[in-house]
Amino acid sequence: MAELWIAAAFPAVIWVFLTSVSLLISQNWRWIVLILALQYMGVFVLTGIHWPLEMAVVKLVAGWMATIVLGIATGEATILQPQSWREAEYSWPSSRLFRLLAAGLVSLAVFSVAPKVVAWMPGVSLAQAAGGLILLGMGLLHLGLTAQPLRAAAGLLTALSGFEILYAAVESSALVAGLLAAVNLGLALVGAYLLLAPNLEEAG
Amino acid sequence: MSAPLIWIVFPGLVAVILFIIRRWERGIVIAGTAICAALAWLAWKLPINEVVEAGPWSIKVSDTLSVFGRQFIIEDANRPIVALVFLSAAFWFGGALASHAGKMFVPLGLGIVTLMTAALSVEPFLYAALLIEMAALVCVPLLAPPGKNIGLGIIRFLTFQTLGTPFILFTGWMLAGLDVNPGDQSLIFRAGILMALGFCFLLAVFPFHSWIPMLAQDAHPYAAAFVFFMLPGIVSLFGLGFLERYPWIRSLPSLYPLLRSAGVLMILTGGIWAAFQRHLGRMLGYAVTVDIGISLLAAGLFTGDPSSTGENASLQSIFFSLLIARGLGLGVWSLALSGLKRHLGDLNYKTVQGAARSYPITAGSLILAHFSIAGFPLLGGFPTHLAIWEHLGQISPLLAFWVVTGCAGLLTGGIRTLAVLVMGQEEEPWQFQEKGILLFFLIAGVLALFLSGMFPRG
Repeated sequence: MAELWIAAAFPAVIWVFLTSVSLLISQNWRWIVLILALQYMGVFVLTGIHWPLEMAVVKLVAGWMATIVLGIATGEATILQPQSWREAEYSWPSSRLFRLLAAGLVSLAVFSVAPKVVAWMPGVSLAQAAGGLILLGMGLLHLGLTAQPLRAAAGLLTALSGFEILYAAVESSALVAGLLAAVNLGLALVGAYLLLAPNLEEAG
Repeated sequence: MSAPLIWIVFPGLVAVILFIIRRWERGIVIAGTAICAALAWLAWKLPINEVVEAGPWSIKVSDTLSVFGRQFIIEDANRPIVALVFLSAAFWFGGALASHAGKMFVPLGLGIVTLMTAALSVEPFLYAALLIEMAALVCVPLLAPPGKNIGLGIIRFLTFQTLGTPFILFTGWMLAGLDVNPGDQSLIFRAGILMALGFCFLLAVFPFHSWIPMLAQDAHPYAAAFVFFMLPGIVSLFGLGFLERYPWIRSLPSLYPLLRSAGVLMILTGGIWAAFQRHLGRMLGYAVTVDIGISLLAAGLFTGDPSSTGENASLQSIFFSLLIARGLGLGVWSLALSGLKRHLGDLNYKTVQGAARSYPITAGSLILAHFSIAGFPLLGGFPTHLAIWEHLGQISPLLAFWVVTGCAGLLTGGIRTLAVLVMGQEEEPWQFQEKGILLFFLIAGVLALFLSGMFPRG
């Protein structure tokens, strides 16, 4: 079983690289939600190297639940305010190229730093270091380029996933796994709230 | 019965119940305030791990509650902090009706207080980072109420608070490694960098402070001030816990100059920006930046030298007095801002021009609270500021000069606000339009500011 996880690790790194870059350049909110859900499959494989299967599954399920919450909220927000998404992304065509270039820079930085992280953190494999740092870097890049609640939530969840991959190698407590899952869900709920809040009735 | 059950589980349950019945605003404000005041009183009076006789019954409150193999521990020595946290909460919730902070203020505020108390008591204490993150998540509906557009400030707040968590968790892992291998200098360096970054994010230290003025402009002033008081306050206590638990951190020669420099940078930038502000909400935000800088400075004045216990104890008391003065100043300031915002709709200088002629008590309270946070003599903030300036002056007169410059900048902002509030395009007659509960709270707050300034140890 352990060999299977290790064999799947490098494809998982490529997977999270592709999903995180796609997340960065996607224009359609449906694609963003779908890609985020797919990204958690890579996170599941990379955390599963150190964690027992049942704990790694928690990461996958919590991630998917977070994605569903964000998807439902964005769908609802788009119905209530159809123009909001387009207005926020008015400079799209030129920004896609810029984002791709920025993602390239982040990837270069990640691949030069990953071996050092392996040396600093005993127990972390190169695949985990690369996967974790890619998600951290792309998540931070995403956060730096947006003020839109869905994108901010996706960026935060991506960055947090990267951290969780690295942290899984050094900490395998059930309480930490539970609390991190709660933080993921909480972030998704807050993201959903921020998407819907302008259209909700005033609380007074 | 255990102490965490009383001060974590019970208020947590109450927060949930109050959230469910939030439509009865007056009732939940009274209940929330009363429960927090009662919990503060209990923390002050009820000894932990000792048998207490109550008529025919004898009660012993243990200090530990176990959850999933981890523990929440509130020891007898922690009672003053718990009392301070719940007393502060009662103080803030008491003003909720007067400030019209909304139906969610008390339930969510109590939830935040509960999570913060849990953060201070969890063992291993690094799990606190996750609980602080959860508290930050609960802050979001408070700061971005339904029906209002979402500003950039709330996104930045969420981002910076979330990014702080991984750094603290990694620091914890590295510190555990240092327990095994205490001489590893490269590990000490890396742990120090990660810890500094984590606290920079959580405490909104320059350059991660930009969300504070943004939120102060967009959010309800009272709710924003509550968050500005509670989050950095508890995080700084958490930071002091780090210093307490790891003596080698205390003995790092670069730690205290670094804390002092960060504090001075925040005071200077906050003060200078405040001097040029044209929005009363943002002015509050920059005052908070200055005040966080003062806290960092106070922490930076501790000495790592174990022989200077007396001096450290006096600095510790200054640190706690600072929290109280900050609570009082921010409370009165934000209450006055809430009153002005409610009547005038906006807090731009253009809008509030001449407002003191119609709302003199509100305007006067705002100015006095502003001056108090800037460290003006006879007001609540002055005794702690003076003590810090004195200590700093002995260590570095140059840093003391920059600190006084920053405080002068904040004071300049207050004088400009005073000028704007009293000037009128037409010379309107002076009148009192304030009434009711807001007037009562403002007068009580101003009296408290004067009393705490004139009798700091009374």
